Amino acid sequence: MRLPTGLVSRPMSILGTRVVRTEDPVFLTRGATYTDDLTDERLTGALHVTLVRSPLAHATINSIDVEEARNAPGVVAVFTGADCDIAPALLFPAANKKMLRPFLATDRVRYVGEAVAAVLTEEAYQGEDAADLVDVDYEPLDAVVDMKEALKDEVLLFPEAGTNSVTAMHLNKEEPGDDFFADCEVVVSREIVNQRVAAAPLETRAASAYWGEDGRCTIFCSTQNAQSARDEVAGWLGMDAKDLRLILPDVGGGFGAKIGADPEFALVAWLSKKVGRPVRWNESRSENMTGMVQGRAQLQTITIGGDRDGTVKAYRLDVVADAGAYPRLGVALPMFTRMMAPGTYDIPKVWSTAQVVATTTTSTAAYRGAGRPEATQAIERAMDLFADEIGMDPAELRKKNVVKPEQFPFTTKGGAEYDTGEYAKAIDLACEAANYEGLRAEQARRRERGDALQLGIGVSSYVEITGGGAFVENATVQVHADGTVTVLTGTSPHGQGHATAWAMLASEELGIPVEKITVKHGDTDLIPTGAGTMGSRSLQTGGVAVHNAAVELVELAKQRAADVLEASIDDLELDKATGSIVVKGAPGAKSVSLADLAGTEELKVFHEWDAKKPSFPFGAHVAVVEVDVESGKATVERIWALDDAGPILNPLIFDGQRHGGIAQGIAQAMLEEVVFDPEGQPLTATFADYGIPSAAELPSFDLVTMETPTTINSMGYKGVGEAGTIGSCPAVQNAVIDAVSHLGVRHIDMPLTPVRVWTAIKEAQEATR
Amino acid sequence: MKVEITVNGEHTSHDVEPRTLLAHYLRENLGLKATNIGCDTTSCGACTVLVDGEAVKSCTVLAVQADQQTVTTMEGLDGAAKGELGHPVTKAFRQEHGLQCGFCTPGMVMAAVSLIEENPDLTEKDVREGLEGNLCRCTGYHNIVRAVLVAAGKDPDAAQAAEAVSDERTTAPGFSTGEGDK
Repeated sequence: MRLPTGLVSRPMSILGTRVVRTEDPVFLTRGATYTDDLTDERLTGALHVTLVRSPLAHATINSIDVEEARNAPGVVAVFTGADCDIAPALLFPAANKKMLRPFLATDRVRYVGEAVAAVLTEEAYQGEDAADLVDVDYEPLDAVVDMKEALKDEVLLFPEAGTNSVTAMHLNKEEPGDDFFADCEVVVSREIVNQRVAAAPLETRAASAYWGEDGRCTIFCSTQNAQSARDEVAGWLGMDAKDLRLILPDVGGGFGAKIGADPEFALVAWLSKKVGRPVRWNESRSENMTGMVQGRAQLQTITIGGDRDGTVKAYRLDVVADAGAYPRLGVALPMFTRMMAPGTYDIPKVWSTAQVVATTTTSTAAYRGAGRPEATQAIERAMDLFADEIGMDPAELRKKNVVKPEQFPFTTKGGAEYDTGEYAKAIDLACEAANYEGLRAEQARRRERGDALQLGIGVSSYVEITGGGAFVENATVQVHADGTVTVLTGTSPHGQGHATAWAMLASEELGIPVEKITVKHGDTDLIPTGAGTMGSRSLQTGGVAVHNAAVELVELAKQRAADVLEASIDDLELDKATGSIVVKGAPGAKSVSLADLAGTEELKVFHEWDAKKPSFPFGAHVAVVEVDVESGKATVERIWALDDAGPILNPLIFDGQRHGGIAQGIAQAMLEEVVFDPEGQPLTATFADYGIPSAAELPSFDLVTMETPTTINSMGYKGVGEAGTIGSCPAVQNAVIDAVSHLGVRHIDMPLTPVRVWTAIKEAQEATR
Repeated sequence: MKVEITVNGEHTSHDVEPRTLLAHYLRENLGLKATNIGCDTTSCGACTVLVDGEAVKSCTVLAVQADQQTVTTMEGLDGAAKGELGHPVTKAFRQEHGLQCGFCTPGMVMAAVSLIEENPDLTEKDVREGLEGNLCRCTGYHNIVRAVLVAAGKDPDAAQAAEAVSDERTTAPGFSTGEGDK
């Protein structure tokens, strides 16, 4: 049976049960309504925005001639940077203050895809034609794509900044000293690449805007957090946030890349005001593959030291992170990489540092895991390198060094306070499910025989941080006189099933069935505050807020029922079978339903929950790959994933989150990489070039269940959205390298394409010859 | 140019720009917005519809090429007009949680309808290879594969268990297996 049920038993409860999604009937009949699908009357007569984007990575702009475009069929207006009075913005506060991003480029472009002009047309196709007629005279400058080259400051993106270095926030004041590894019998060090990848949600970026007669602007857009996006756009436009309303239709995936607002959202609002008509913008995929923020992009030097008995004593991580052309959230993510550097291990000495550098490429920001997968990949590669060096089984090495259950709460050398965990047990359970011993025996047989198809077994042990970005979230629960319930949440689902999950949480406390509960989100007038959905935060913040609000609502109902029923509040309870307040132990006595109470007076509770802390889900993955040593072709055959994120609210949704995460981790390990040539030209700007896996490149996944509650909230919930990605990627990379380690290969950078694996085998053979 | 296309059982006719894609005809001329456009290289399959019963990526067909033909979108499946999951494929997608954000779903569903029509006796491998032209970024395909197996009347647990221990290479057709001409 592949579908685990909740192990933490809750008799007679909907929590932990497999509830199919309430979202789905609409999604599977008329389809979801994404921003570009809107037929909202406020957008009637909207003009289409087509952005003219730079074909060069680095150039000065001599002139822009828009006359021909202006006269093209259907064109209503064309704007360039010279027309645009939105002040260039610093897109991340901790970045160098001179690294400002214009909303339309003026004198210089800094990456392929930067917007230089906006064409507004009656029909979308007219915009594509007219955009081709905008004549931009560029003077090419040298591009700088390589992070180490950029650090030399020979080619500067922002001459006024005098440097490509973006921030000093991740630098340590002191070096660790020469004796850092002095007590280690064995020290292994190597540079590894955590390559740049694209989030590539299937729905590209989109925004529509109109201005009401009251002077307020409404933006419909695709984002993961309406309220923060509203504040960002208001800041850029110099508006009071009260004059701006963001409405999120359905959002077609985000994976971190839709956190906050994109500059285009503000531009769309500005354009709408300028022309006095509603406007719509929906980018193409090739625009998305250069314009949407990308993830990872770290160059890491890992150094690990310890003794031959398998005791790891010291670990050092030196990171260079690529900010891309205009620094955004990517500037901050090495903070998580450094915090999570020691992983699940109790290492006495840990030291890390990170430099962030601007390059003439697409900006970087969050992608599923956002800084934590980079930490896990680094330490998990380090553990395998160390295991190889001392000749110890990698699973055994891990178990020997993990934090022990009795050490929790455990403050790490990275500065994190791990709440709860049983790391060795997770490794044991995953290995047991995979028949680890059997796999090793099969591997030994194939090595003995010298088979062309070699078996590789990769283990990862991971801990991550969820709800780490924003601890506060709110919920409103209201029971209506007709017995239905409305839940308002500050979270912002885009596939995570909050409509179902939050309804389950409310139903559990109110005794009102899920079918009668409507969950609303993503309208800043209806829900003015909230932090959205990112960093696997939603359940442990927003979900707990819904639970708390529902509990409070029942208390409020009891207070009111005490008057109606002429009973002491202490004698009352909610009968969950009927959704009514009844007198305890007095069946048949008078009762009053929540709906009836709501008919007399509004029955509504707003609750703001401050988790105060993040939580630390953990797990272990075991991947099995086959590598054809003659061709270098590696195939992921199986993966066993244990992801412990506390009690499971809905196993269907929980496992779905894991599946998607596991797939994205495998995809980074095996297939995906955003590539720029030395001139900064993107070579992976379409889905024909970028390696998103299809069903045919992936196996089904074997899930192992374990539920260790957190201590930071009453429900024990941690987050699971990013877990699969964080666990699977290192397990798969380790597996492929393990398959060829007997040939002398110690490391291969991702993605593990046939040519890379084949080259690594050849180089190892030549080195030993 | 004038086109006449029967869409979900209804006769439709519009004057369109010759370059109008079938996907745009469905979305803009008819207002059928379930069919999504996720790429510009015929890679993602979000726009998959049936043309005369066969799965076609509607971003790669001109509306004029579909003139005098019959098109079915997800909105045309059993029960859909009433908001009900009356088709085995849509039912199974809900039961098996074969969708998350929903963007790939209309295309994935139509590809699955066509796949089951062509070969009702599906294995896990058949499903994976049959859906190779449809990308999903949310589900990792695990539950989509299960949903299609269920819709085809198969036991998804048994099918996945059989595939897990199968020695047959799980490689997409047309891709190098690294085994030369064998």
